[in-house]
Amino acid sequence: MAETVFAPWDDPNETPLITFQNVTKRFGDFVAIDDLTLDIFEREFFALLGPSGCGKTTMMRMLAGFENPTEGAISLAGKDIAGVPPNKRAVNMMFQSYALFPHLTVWDNIAFGLKRDNLSKDAVATRVEEMLKLTRLQKFARRKPHQISGGQRQRVALARSLAKAPKLLLLDEPLGALDKKLRQDTQFELMDIQEKTGTTFVIVTHDQEEAMTVASRVAVMDEGRIIQVATPERIYEGPNSVYVADFIGDVNILSGTAKPFGREMYQVDWGGGTLATAASAKPFSDGQSCHLAIRPEKISITADRPEADNAVQGKVLDIAYLGNLSTYYVELPTGQTIKAQTANTRRISRRTFTWEDPVWVSWTATAGVLLDS
Amino acid sequence: MNRLSPFNVVSLTLGFAFLYLPMLILVIYSFNKSKLVTVWAGFSTKWYGELLQNEAFLDAAWVTLKVAVVSSTFATILGTMAAYTLVRGGRFFGRTLFSGMIYAPLVMPEVITGLSLLLLFIGIGMDRGVVTIVLAHTTFSMCFVSVVVSSRLMSFDRSLEEAALDLGATPFTAFRLITLPIIAPAVVAGWLLAFTLSLDDLVIAQFVSGPAATTLPMKIWSSVRLGVSPEINALSSILIALVSIGVITASLASKRHSLRIKREELAAARTT
Repeated sequence: MAETVFAPWDDPNETPLITFQNVTKRFGDFVAIDDLTLDIFEREFFALLGPSGCGKTTMMRMLAGFENPTEGAISLAGKDIAGVPPNKRAVNMMFQSYALFPHLTVWDNIAFGLKRDNLSKDAVATRVEEMLKLTRLQKFARRKPHQISGGQRQRVALARSLAKAPKLLLLDEPLGALDKKLRQDTQFELMDIQEKTGTTFVIVTHDQEEAMTVASRVAVMDEGRIIQVATPERIYEGPNSVYVADFIGDVNILSGTAKPFGREMYQVDWGGGTLATAASAKPFSDGQSCHLAIRPEKISITADRPEADNAVQGKVLDIAYLGNLSTYYVELPTGQTIKAQTANTRRISRRTFTWEDPVWVSWTATAGVLLDS
Repeated sequence: MNRLSPFNVVSLTLGFAFLYLPMLILVIYSFNKSKLVTVWAGFSTKWYGELLQNEAFLDAAWVTLKVAVVSSTFATILGTMAAYTLVRGGRFFGRTLFSGMIYAPLVMPEVITGLSLLLLFIGIGMDRGVVTIVLAHTTFSMCFVSVVVSSRLMSFDRSLEEAALDLGATPFTAFRLITLPIIAPAVVAGWLLAFTLSLDDLVIAQFVSGPAATTLPMKIWSSVRLGVSPEINALSSILIALVSIGVITASLASKRHSLRIKREELAAARTT
């Protein structure tokens, strides 16, 4: 039996857990969220990604109940939650600074939310032990927040926000304070916990790698609007705009005008000497301005002219050696620069190209995405 | 250790002499055998003994203590509430006016505060005594509490309160279980400040007290007008000793606490 892919957003019969309907939020004259509509489904790990000031934190704070929308409606499990105070919502939040209560032990921090529900002492204790086990913190139950390390504090914050088994867990830059190595381990731990508990997670982050790693779907935001919502793969391979293509990963943007050239094929006059051939399902009219976005790893670099849909000659301007990868910056006679990336699959090999070498860069017609804005 | 330059030695000596010489002289003369304050006639502790026999002084001390405890407690409650509202209340109508007005008594001459309170108490026909002193002291020391507490609240991480709300606490529970314990040192400091202000207030008490209530500063002041007695020196020495013990204990305790926190943080970072 084939495993069914988790994609409730493609199923018209699924009802979303959270809906934003034409939500606008203003702070005085400043528009933080601009007429935004969005569905988030149960068990999703949803990432809000964008530069600082794009409104992602405001969206999260509206879900938590710390802010209310100026216009529009937000509903959780079919109920409008406007005006419901944060302490009456089945939503918990993990704060960026963790916001652990410094005067309480790890145990009491985790128990804080449970005690507010007037549970019996035993029920509280059982649940706290369960959370300590889930986050591997049993040894630290009696310590105070300042007596544990940054990674442990992060896990306490997670345990505390999960203790009440919320319908929705909000994570505000949850890994921002951790160093890179710990962050990667923690990302997998988060995904694991999300799967185990079956809770819907909404994560806010400005780190695109983090969003791509953990999320089932990513929403790229800018200036209070959602530019694109899709799976990490679709966001990366099929961005809907230059903004998204540029924000996620590295990209070459060749701007020019389109000219239809056969079925779903176009030629782009980008001032690079030759016309670039590109496939696009999206129609372009003759002479329409367009942008061809190509990821550097989809561009080959060779000494001789290759057999390819697109090939241009240039010389190596710069080489960035990243260990696993090398990025070549190739300058074309027209002055434009194209980035080409190759994987360093062999340990000891003479570098094929060096500075000032004449090279050919090439790519196929389907390597890039043709965008109108 | 750095060696001090001659200039530093001189300025340090002068500074400390300026601050502590008067107190030192007072303490030395409290052990004077002679009844004449300015003539040294040998060491004796008899004035301390006589002080304990002096009912008038003991009564005044008792009144002062009662007034100080009650007024500083009220001032702490009111001052903390005011600070919380001004820092956390967001922008409400008249906020700037209120926050300016709460600090006004800090710079108001005590004579004016005393006089206006006296006029108020006469106006509403209130008998002057311990109660009016308590009210007056609460009034003028409350703003000091509010200054101390609001400066702590401003540096308080608001997300702690939000986390408490998020976990299901009502705003009042969040304040009681999270905010208050964390700002407690500032509240205690505010209380101590109000307590000392009340202990050594003379001017305002002079205005609002009645014949039945005499505080220690008033008693000292009125006895000194008849001539400084060695008994007063003894009394003042006791006050100095009490205050010194309090200050030294408090600073040692807070230093040890912060050292312990630092050590534990280091230990936690190392075990990662």
